[in-house]
Amino acid sequence: MPEIKITPLGAGQEVGRSCLLLTMGGKNIMLDCGMHMGYNDDRRFPDFSYISDGPISAFIDCVIISHFHLDHCGALPYMSEMVGYNGPIYMTHPTKAIAPILLEDMRKVSVEKKGEMNFFTSQMIKDCMKKVIAVTLHQSVMVDNDIEIKAYYAGHVLGAAMFWIRVGSQSVVYTGDYNMTPDRHLGAAWIDKCRPDLLISESTYATTIRDSKRCREKDFLKKVHECVDKGGKVLIPVFALGRAQELCILLETYWERMNLKAPIYFALGLTEKANNYYKMFITWTNQKIRKTFVQRNMFDFKHIKAFDRQYIDNPGPMVVFATPGMLHAGLSLQIFKKWAPNENNMIIMPGFCVQGTVGHKILNGAKTVEFENRQIVEVKMSVEYMSFSAHADAKGIMQLIQHCEPRNVMLVHGEAAKIDFLKEKIQQEFNLQCFSPANGETSVITTPVKIPVDVSLPLLKAEAKKFSGLTPDPKRRRTLHGVLLMKENSMCLMDVDEACKEAGINRHVVRFTSTLNINDPGPSLTTAHKIHGYIREKLPLCSVIFSEGEISIESVLVKVEGDDDDQKSVYVSWTNQDEELGSQILNLINHMGKV
Amino acid sequence: MKLYCLSNDPNKPCHILTFREVTMMLDCGLSMQSLLNFLPLSFVPSNKLMNMANWMPCDTSDPDLEGELKENGDRVFVDSPPEFCPPLDKLIDFSQVDVILISNYLCMMALPFITEGTGFKGRVYATEPTLQIGRLLLEELVIYIEQCPKCNFASQWKNFVHKCPYPLNEAFKPKSWKQIYNMNNVNASLSRIQMVGYNEKIDLYGALQVIPASSGYCLGSANWIISTEHEKIVYLSGSSTLTTHPRPMDHHALKNADILIMSDLTQTPISNPDSMLGVLCVVVGLTLRGGGNVLIPCYPTGVVYDLFECLSGKMQESGVANCPMFFISPVADMSLAYSNILAEWLSSVKQNKVYAPEEPFPHALLVKNNKLKHFKHIYSEGFSTDFQEPCVVFCGHPSLRFGDVVQFIELWGNNPRNCIVFTEPDYDYIEALAPYQPLQIKVAHCAIDTSLNFTQANKLIRDLKPKTLVVPECYTQPPVANPNLTELVIGNHPDSTLIPYKWGEVINLPLKRKQGQVLIETNVAQKIVPVEVKPGISLSTVTGSLNVKDNIHKIQELSDIKSKPVKYEWGTLNITEFLQKLSQEGITDAKVESLGGNVVVIHLQAEDALIQLEDNSTHVVCNADEKLRTKLRNIVMQCLKEF
Repeated sequence: MPEIKITPLGAGQEVGRSCLLLTMGGKNIMLDCGMHMGYNDDRRFPDFSYISDGPISAFIDCVIISHFHLDHCGALPYMSEMVGYNGPIYMTHPTKAIAPILLEDMRKVSVEKKGEMNFFTSQMIKDCMKKVIAVTLHQSVMVDNDIEIKAYYAGHVLGAAMFWIRVGSQSVVYTGDYNMTPDRHLGAAWIDKCRPDLLISESTYATTIRDSKRCREKDFLKKVHECVDKGGKVLIPVFALGRAQELCILLETYWERMNLKAPIYFALGLTEKANNYYKMFITWTNQKIRKTFVQRNMFDFKHIKAFDRQYIDNPGPMVVFATPGMLHAGLSLQIFKKWAPNENNMIIMPGFCVQGTVGHKILNGAKTVEFENRQIVEVKMSVEYMSFSAHADAKGIMQLIQHCEPRNVMLVHGEAAKIDFLKEKIQQEFNLQCFSPANGETSVITTPVKIPVDVSLPLLKAEAKKFSGLTPDPKRRRTLHGVLLMKENSMCLMDVDEACKEAGINRHVVRFTSTLNINDPGPSLTTAHKIHGYIREKLPLCSVIFSEGEISIESVLVKVEGDDDDQKSVYVSWTNQDEELGSQILNLINHMGKV
Repeated sequence: MKLYCLSNDPNKPCHILTFREVTMMLDCGLSMQSLLNFLPLSFVPSNKLMNMANWMPCDTSDPDLEGELKENGDRVFVDSPPEFCPPLDKLIDFSQVDVILISNYLCMMALPFITEGTGFKGRVYATEPTLQIGRLLLEELVIYIEQCPKCNFASQWKNFVHKCPYPLNEAFKPKSWKQIYNMNNVNASLSRIQMVGYNEKIDLYGALQVIPASSGYCLGSANWIISTEHEKIVYLSGSSTLTTHPRPMDHHALKNADILIMSDLTQTPISNPDSMLGVLCVVVGLTLRGGGNVLIPCYPTGVVYDLFECLSGKMQESGVANCPMFFISPVADMSLAYSNILAEWLSSVKQNKVYAPEEPFPHALLVKNNKLKHFKHIYSEGFSTDFQEPCVVFCGHPSLRFGDVVQFIELWGNNPRNCIVFTEPDYDYIEALAPYQPLQIKVAHCAIDTSLNFTQANKLIRDLKPKTLVVPECYTQPPVANPNLTELVIGNHPDSTLIPYKWGEVINLPLKRKQGQVLIETNVAQKIVPVEVKPGISLSTVTGSLNVKDNIHKIQELSDIKSKPVKYEWGTLNITEFLQKLSQEGITDAKVESLGGNVVVIHLQAEDALIQLEDNSTHVVCNADEKLRTKLRNIVMQCLKEF
């Protein structure tokens, strides 16, 4: 039986970096190539030496990146430029546009601010992106003669995609991260009934049933509003792309609706440029934004203005988005130092912070932060952490399974306990095998064989004609019988005579005719009728035809001869192919004669 | 397989293709040549158009005809809302159409005529730009006509067409002409479209697979590949091998088709788009420097994007950069905005800009810098304050029968310093201008049609090597306007059979299906025992239950497993060997009798049996003694090969 093998190098029973190795039909495909944000050492990148001791390009046929989050693409330049992968890399157009910006952002933080070594350079990011082939949704892409891939809309972030991958008759769907409910700027994930052998789904929110995102958004807006109302300043450290735009839309619409006057600033050199990506990939956003973009582009913000450093000391309330997101350097840190000592102020951390950053410290409740120059900052402002990532909840995951009807399911990108809970649910509800390998563990899925074979139309038509000639019976099975002709690389199923002709051989027909004598006075036709009735009774499943004194049962012929006296000769004739039936009928008639 | 031709205009094609019991409509172009026979619609009462003299055929005095026809110069025009010639509806009932495949946004203007009020229940497939931009074209057309309602509908003239002067007397099937659809029809019709991407495989009832492949002609334009496991049909519509803004044409996908249907070649076979663009730039430069205005009648999308880009550069060079460009269309804003968000459908140069991130087309920048100003109408707010002369105005409709262009001709027509430049190839410019004559405005004809010319088309056919080539009959003859240019035809290609077709015809296409496909499932496949009957040729019987669902045939294991697999005997029975084996089994009284030919009968007297042997058959005749028959059977089988 053919197999599909999956080995997670990351995201196996954890929400860390995503990196899965898929093997099917002799092809090796890497699904995502993420970086672990929690480590500063070798552990941040996947262990590519696990894959192969030799050159990695010889082993991996292609890499597919689902979206631009660094835990899904962060190790890509490392893999392509430092480990030395030269094969094709696939991602959607928006991912191709945005991923290098995030990679560069992260590189700067890691190398320039934290002084890390053994990291990829700016040039490496550029060289890596040159190996990327951008795909559009639903386009069928042939990676080589055997691998076909197709992207589906996944929601989650701009340009996020699920990928359907086929090699031969085996297929897999890898979801990456997705959400099944439309949000502020994105639509819901969608897939057709593609019936893959395996669906690999993320399961971040495997145990959450309700979409709790709305609640978190409400909570966020309420906190910001309260802080601004009492004259406080709100600092939101963000990275230039992704969550920043989402939060901007959120605040923009809220300000509009509540008619708030406090200024919102977006303090990034990149602001306009970043928003431009969103404007140009409007086709990837949700219906509402797409419909209205000509009149009003959602990413042209009315209430959000560019920030200037001198505004830091301005009196009165304000909301400021500033980079970088982990508060380890730059403007966001500068603002933090000024605002932290005031208890009226607030800082909202909308994303993950790695160990060692100021962000990480204050999220862990540090009340004072000490800096290199012995400067000590008291943290009196309130500190909030809020995650806004859009993932499918348990209901959404079940929905997706229903939509695409996989034969097996695999859960990754989720905590072990949560996965186990959902796994049980899936097995119960859909009666499907459900896998959840840990990192480094290989799951093997066997798939049924389906060999595509040419078939001669006359054979199919003869069967169809025969079938439609029968009285309709929903329980009746159709049977097809033919001869498979195999030559060179072609296989064709055809009628036996056609096959012999094609093969250039002569079929030899072997026929048997047995004669038996029975005593039955009266015309031979009457005897024939008797035999007919008898056979019908004994062989109710066979089609028995009585015509012009001859009885045919399938291809067995029975003929009665003789005058009106007692003695009748019954001929039973059949070809060797009907040996079983022929001899059975012969015995039946023989038996009947003796009764 | 049959092909029906429903449109008489190869550039606004509409076909029906039937194959494997699927009825497909290939494009639904709307021929608009009929428009030229109508008076222009003006939303400001125009002296000239209102005071045009009535015309009556010489020997006719039908009072109902009175006022329907107007005369200007040697032309006669119908004074009525314009009518269109929809695809022929006599050959096929549109409710029977399963699928409509649309190649590009210029080939879908008849869609509401096909899908609304006809009982149409099928699906419509088009790419995202085709839908979005097609919507703009349909809406613009409806708005243009609805904004100038006419109180009287002329209909009597259709009975007197033969008495009218040229070109009205040659009007094609005027009695089938229809009024335009309304906005509800447009919306209902477009809501049926399912958006598809290039190279997306679309399954039609399991019987056919269709794939749109980039055709390089305009944003989202596609050629369609219709295939089964064994047959491939390519429908080639508006295609271009030139480098403009759309994604380049995908040649590879079109290769080695059994049938290639080719339509929508260039309408300007003797002029080159590049040199036309050059002339256009010179004309614009000269006119503006001379203090005149330039009027460019155009569609709100397509080549006009290239014109903005090219002209703004040239105007800079010729020192008239401060002359503004105006783009006036009810859908101008939508057109400019949409073109810049469809990066995935653009040429790689334009596509790479979004990674910067910059807008793929410079017109966004031109708008920002006030070089290009767009308005819905000339009466829109802000136009009169922004309007300054000399300037360049892009506006519709290219037929000059409706749209804001009518007002600009009124405004600028009598000043010889102004110039009207025809860039769209769809209408004969002399006919387009006829109702406005006499005019003082200069006229330049720079029709830019980027679709394949005859040289390119013939080269493409040589590359693609279709077995059968199907083209409109008019492409097999030199153009009517240039009968001596015999090279402007689709010639005979040695590898391809050429089949011409024309309007109203149903032609049989020579594609005979011989093979289909079945999927053999595991358990059945495991039972296959190939027997090599000749070097490299193996045979095996296959028996299974046949499962047919969505036209996909699967062979699964039979439920009653006890039945033995059927085998077949082959080869010739050797009589000597057979007799030898008989005697080994104790049958020694065999009497061989030759009946001539290769027929031999062996009598077994003691056993009361006979065996008749021929080259390809053996017949064992005996009494009801099964023991004997089984023995004989075994011997026969030993002497034959089987698979």
